[in-house]
Amino acid sequence: MSMIQPPSIRFNALGQVFKTRSGQTEALRDVSFDVAHHEFLAILGPSGCGKSTLLRMIAGLLMPTCGNVEVFGMPVTGPRDDIGIVFQKPTLLPWATVEDNIVFPVRHKTGHVSPRDRERAQELLAMVGLEGFGKRLPDELSGGMQQRVGIARALHMDPDILLMDEPFSALDALTREVMGFDLLRIFAEKPKTVVFITHSVSEAALLADRVLVMSGRPGTVGSEHIVPIRRPRGPESMKDPALLELTANLRDLLMTREAA
Amino acid sequence: MEDAMTQTQPLRSQTARPVPIRPAPSRDQITTPTPKTEAVPERRQLSLNQLFNLPGVATGATLIGTVLLWELVARAFAIPSYLLPAPSAILNSFAAIGFERWLTHIWSTLRVAILGFGLAIAVSVPLAMVMMRSAILSKTLYPLLVIVQSTPVVAIAPIIIVALGAGDLPRIVITTLITFFPLVVSTATGLAATPPELIELSRSLRAPAWREMTQIRLPYAVPYIFSALKISITLAVIGAVVAEFVAAEAGVGYFIQFSTSMFKLPQAWAGLIVLAAMSLTLFQAVLLVQKRLFPWSLPKSNN
Repeated sequence: MSMIQPPSIRFNALGQVFKTRSGQTEALRDVSFDVAHHEFLAILGPSGCGKSTLLRMIAGLLMPTCGNVEVFGMPVTGPRDDIGIVFQKPTLLPWATVEDNIVFPVRHKTGHVSPRDRERAQELLAMVGLEGFGKRLPDELSGGMQQRVGIARALHMDPDILLMDEPFSALDALTREVMGFDLLRIFAEKPKTVVFITHSVSEAALLADRVLVMSGRPGTVGSEHIVPIRRPRGPESMKDPALLELTANLRDLLMTREAA
Repeated sequence: MEDAMTQTQPLRSQTARPVPIRPAPSRDQITTPTPKTEAVPERRQLSLNQLFNLPGVATGATLIGTVLLWELVARAFAIPSYLLPAPSAILNSFAAIGFERWLTHIWSTLRVAILGFGLAIAVSVPLAMVMMRSAILSKTLYPLLVIVQSTPVVAIAPIIIVALGAGDLPRIVITTLITFFPLVVSTATGLAATPPELIELSRSLRAPAWREMTQIRLPYAVPYIFSALKISITLAVIGAVVAEFVAAEAGVGYFIQFSTSMFKLPQAWAGLIVLAAMSLTLFQAVLLVQKRLFPWSLPKSNN
């Protein structure tokens, strides 16, 4: 995190109202926060507090009702392709090989794939620990491996910002932990500005530089917490007293929020 | 047909599983002599089960069994041929027709069925794409499609024949009319069933809309399209036959009608069996195309 760089993402008093069959639903109210350059920000919160809506507004897939989102100092006015998205489910193309899935964004955007794009796919496969799986079909891969492909796909166009919407929530506990450590390694190699949405307190604390806790209906930023442990982090960081204290605090906070 | 087969097979093997408490039934059934007589029926049933699990055996056995029973009943009760001709009588009249005459009739029906089927695909896939893209067009076209589908094709057939005259064209149109509806509905469903995340990905990449269609939606619709193609190909044969019933000078449907009017029932039955075989072959051909070109689109149990 460099202090000279302007924030990558800035939310200015943002609000979002959805029209539903039963009238209007206020999903977000007065949301303001910054994400610094190459910061890893985790967003925690109860279901239905508009966490995913935030991501979609950063990507320009959804326009706020009031306020605005700035990315690299410019207000977001439409979909932008300099952002990578990792979804909750891998959502790979079942007919395309792993490699073709990774180069899919390029093919979809430009209509062709260069040998350099293929090379890059191979590099990314190695990076996410799937060397030699390029010719397989998604069907032949486990859920965790499929999500690794999803991450590689999001990184293929080398975006500065990566949005991750509960990317590990469909995985079993052990795979989830391993994926967390892999993510730490990946971003240590190549830092990115990351907005990471999760339900898991320990995951948020382990991965992020800062954790935002949202409160629900309408969603707004409840509190923010700096993660007090240094990088590089690894399995031993899980036992760090400072981290344990933070996770305990966060858990209490979420419990009272859910109960309220 | 084959879907149904492969689905029942695992079921069969599951019901067979509780029977063997003794080890390795297949090997000791062949090699060791049976030590106790009461064990024999159990083992025999078991080997029969295993035999029936081999591909095609169950279908073949059912088919042969039915034909044998049919022949037996027809002879034993001396059923008159206008009620139910014996398989042997049908076979005789089949042979009596001659290869070349069969070929003329089969080609006539097959040509109309395939061209009508092809036209239905050519019409319905773009139509589904258009309906997918535009809510207004979908709202206006859908009721029309339902009306067309609800009108009995047999009833429109004479009108179409009068309007379009002799030749293949009216028959192809009739076949298309009977085939296209499941294709449109299924394709539209498939195009809409694409995961929303991929559509968001496409939007965030600012890719052109046609590429969203060709690279995401259409491939996602392939399993849906093929489900409809399997229904439509058998409907296509029905359509071709209906058209022949109304007006034709060749074709298997025409041949059946002609034979019944001459009271040559075994001959009509031979035509019927040819039609059924044609339908089955076309169905298998569609399945083969799917297996070859889109193996990923098949349900897991079929792989």
